[in-house]
Amino acid sequence: MSFKTPLAKARGLGSARSGTRHWWVQRVTAVALIPLSFWLILFVKQLFQSSYIEISHWLASPFNSVLLLAWAFVGFYHGALGLQVVIEDYISSEGLKISLIWSIKLIFFTAALSSLVFVMRIVGSVG
Amino acid sequence: MTQRSRPLSPHLQVYRLPLTAVVSILHRMTGVLLTLGLILFVISLAQIQEGASAFKAMQSLIQHPLAELSIWLMIYAVFFHLCHGIRHLFWDMGEGYEKILMNYYLILELFGSIACTGLSYLFVHLPGGAS
Repeated sequence: MSFKTPLAKARGLGSARSGTRHWWVQRVTAVALIPLSFWLILFVKQLFQSSYIEISHWLASPFNSVLLLAWAFVGFYHGALGLQVVIEDYISSEGLKISLIWSIKLIFFTAALSSLVFVMRIVGSVG
Repeated sequence: MTQRSRPLSPHLQVYRLPLTAVVSILHRMTGVLLTLGLILFVISLAQIQEGASAFKAMQSLIQHPLAELSIWLMIYAVFFHLCHGIRHLFWDMGEGYEKILMNYYLILELFGSIACTGLSYLFVHLPGGAS
């Protein structure tokens, strides 16, 4: 027998009122990723065609560093929101669901931060 | 027990999904796949910041035909997800629900994604413009 109130049981399981924001931010990031995806092709060209010196200078230019970080942060944000929906749809166990969503958010946040550190190191190496 | 004929929901194993439904699940699958692509993107940055020799090692790796094929499949997934995503944005605005136009939009987005991938391939492999 549980003496918890229904409110106490619901706490920590996600608010029923945060869905609209999730939905909206998913759309906003989607729109931002349309032009950023074309920047990605510029990056892929560098990966295939450039020497180390060329790609470092290319990435160190403000235009490309900013777009790279925008791509990484917006992309990981959009990806985390999308994976959250997939997990919520297919995983029924509440504990597993929440730990998976938290793990993905943590991993993606760390990966996005890593890209920031890597870009700073590349900019620093170009001097 | 008497048998009554009740309406049945579609049996998914024998029900031929409409193309829009197939594309819808592909949208989700490419989305999940692309999160792995984002991780690969960060790994490529890690190799660049590591220095010249790490970058060269990665460059020769991605020039292997199988690696390059997977990269282009990944880029196709980007454009497929992008094109179908644009249709979702129209749907969210309440547009594009005409039943007879469903397959027309589908051809449009498939053509768009293939064209974007092909043009990107040409752009990446044409000489000049790098650096």
